[in-house]
Amino acid sequence: MSALDAVLANGRPAQGHRPWPRVEVDKATWQEAADRLAAGGLTLVSLWGDGHSVHMAVRDEADNRIAVLTLACPDGRYPSVGARHPPAIRLERAARDLYGVEPDGLPDTRPWIDHGVWGVSRPLNPSGPAAPIARGYEFLVAEGEGLHQIPVGPVHAGIIEPGHFRFTAAGETIVRLEERLGYVHKGIDGLMAGATMAEAARIAGRTSGDSTVACAFAFARAVEAALGMEPPPRGVWLRALMAELERIANHFGDIGAICNDAAFSLMHAKCGALRERVLRYANAAFGHRLMRDRVVPGGVAADLAADAIAPLRALLALIRETFPRLVELYDNTASLQDRTVSTGILSAELAQQFGAGGHVGRASGRAFDARRALAYPPYDRLAFDVPVLDEGDVNARVWIRIREVEQSLGAIDQMLASLPDGPLATVLPPGGGEGAAMVEGFRGDIFCAVRIGSDGRIEWCHLRDPSWFQWPLLEAAIEGNIVADFPLCNKSFNCSYSGHDL
Amino acid sequence: MRRTLFENLIRPPLTESAPAEDPEIAALAASLKAAARARLGRSLAIREVDAGSCNACELEIHALNNVFYDLERFGLHFVASPRHADVLLVTGPVTKNMREALERTYNAMPAPKWVVAVGDCALDGGCFARSYAVVGGVGAVIPVDLYIPGCPPPPLDILKGLLALMEAA
Repeated sequence: MSALDAVLANGRPAQGHRPWPRVEVDKATWQEAADRLAAGGLTLVSLWGDGHSVHMAVRDEADNRIAVLTLACPDGRYPSVGARHPPAIRLERAARDLYGVEPDGLPDTRPWIDHGVWGVSRPLNPSGPAAPIARGYEFLVAEGEGLHQIPVGPVHAGIIEPGHFRFTAAGETIVRLEERLGYVHKGIDGLMAGATMAEAARIAGRTSGDSTVACAFAFARAVEAALGMEPPPRGVWLRALMAELERIANHFGDIGAICNDAAFSLMHAKCGALRERVLRYANAAFGHRLMRDRVVPGGVAADLAADAIAPLRALLALIRETFPRLVELYDNTASLQDRTVSTGILSAELAQQFGAGGHVGRASGRAFDARRALAYPPYDRLAFDVPVLDEGDVNARVWIRIREVEQSLGAIDQMLASLPDGPLATVLPPGGGEGAAMVEGFRGDIFCAVRIGSDGRIEWCHLRDPSWFQWPLLEAAIEGNIVADFPLCNKSFNCSYSGHDL
Repeated sequence: MRRTLFENLIRPPLTESAPAEDPEIAALAASLKAAARARLGRSLAIREVDAGSCNACELEIHALNNVFYDLERFGLHFVASPRHADVLLVTGPVTKNMREALERTYNAMPAPKWVVAVGDCALDGGCFARSYAVVGGVGAVIPVDLYIPGCPPPPLDILKGLLALMEAA
């Protein structure tokens, strides 16, 4: 019996949750699932609350099946998963901050996204027991002769999102990094509850700006699963085309920015030009540079005009002409390689334990890519490779991006060759339901779970950005590196703040 | 690398500078130069703060530095510290968790100073306005001289906005 079946066998299946089962479990089964997460048979997909229960999505490592476990907690308490499986700790801290569900045995009882300034505690569980508003925050200690702390943020020197990094260093060498996030928490879970479908789709596309297509894609697929419908073929293919354009644009931006953090501005300038060309194409073809609000539940909101196909082929040809030269430049510049090779190594064990997605996981030997593992349409009909490397350093994370750009170009070729005609979107049927979906963004797998009421409004929606499982690993990867290499390591991860803070 | 550098020498730049190619940017450049020079000599230092945005506005502000827009040729450049800045460029609905950091950044800037709020969220909180975790637009926390709407505004709109500020200042 597989790890997932062993857990599901003890649960009571909930009706109407698609496409994966959701089962209501007792505390013993919940803890058994936590043990199986710790043993590695299952991988944590997400953990969230809804005011009455806690939900945990898990994936079976053997066959990629996903299931959602629900534990009712009428007294507001449940056995902590993080006590047995550390990747759940921050999710449990966040769920407690928002919903007031208390994880018994949680090793880290500090708040996470609640900084004590909302004027309300447990904002999404007003009926629960009142809690004092917490203030102050104790960072973890590192003790030793000559150690000093460097606080950085929330406002950083560059044009990036806010977050706080607390370094403890011995001379130049980092002994401990601790992140403090939550600065851009906008209360998205709260805004989603009660929102109309159109409002919710707009919010989903604004959880993480660089992944606006992927987030909207994940939300749309979760809604479509809940309502038991499929978008028309052309809508499916155009979504994937936008998703691949977004992936390529972001990878160009990242490759250039990583090189820039190693003071090699030539790559930054060249990659920035390629990124700009992709965005300009997106604007010309779909009417928005980032293709925001173009993926909607039921299909897409913008068509690819017939006269937009030739410019796309020209763009692909230009990338194929110029990008290999940049890759060669990257590979042959010793001063750049000196900075990226063997810097910020993430072990394969940690990547696997945390279920790290995207370039972070795939540069450390974890081959998971939702496009391949779950083969959601139209990726079930596209041929592409999932590049994987074992080195786990900054260099490997750059190479994963390079290889993924190449694979995405091939995927777009195939899409252009077989783009179906027909309508762009299907009208959503009335009624409600529960659904979940996972979509591969440029940063990794984005998970979305949604419950829709019979009036068609969102009852709750949970969006889990891949950064949840990547941020903690940055703390591990940076240990033993010098402070000056932090920007390089950080950019090679490129975790989202907004997608994480919600 | 030698081949790439050599080609950079002999190929025309990507920067859209010639009036014939893009008269709008060229007009902006000429006008911005005159206004900026009168007020602040030849340069304007900009400090960017994300007060709660989804990061899309940051992407487009970043694009101002790419070779197509090449912001620095106009004498506009981004600086790492508010102490060096003339303009504070703020994005996002201001979250309650970022309010203090935004105020402190603003207070750290020397006068004269201007605040430019970039994006629909920075105007009034956008689709996040009714949240328990959001204060509202940038104007709810610090005085704003100019709003540049858009979700996110494209780089050219941000450039135009900075020009409008220079004219009005």
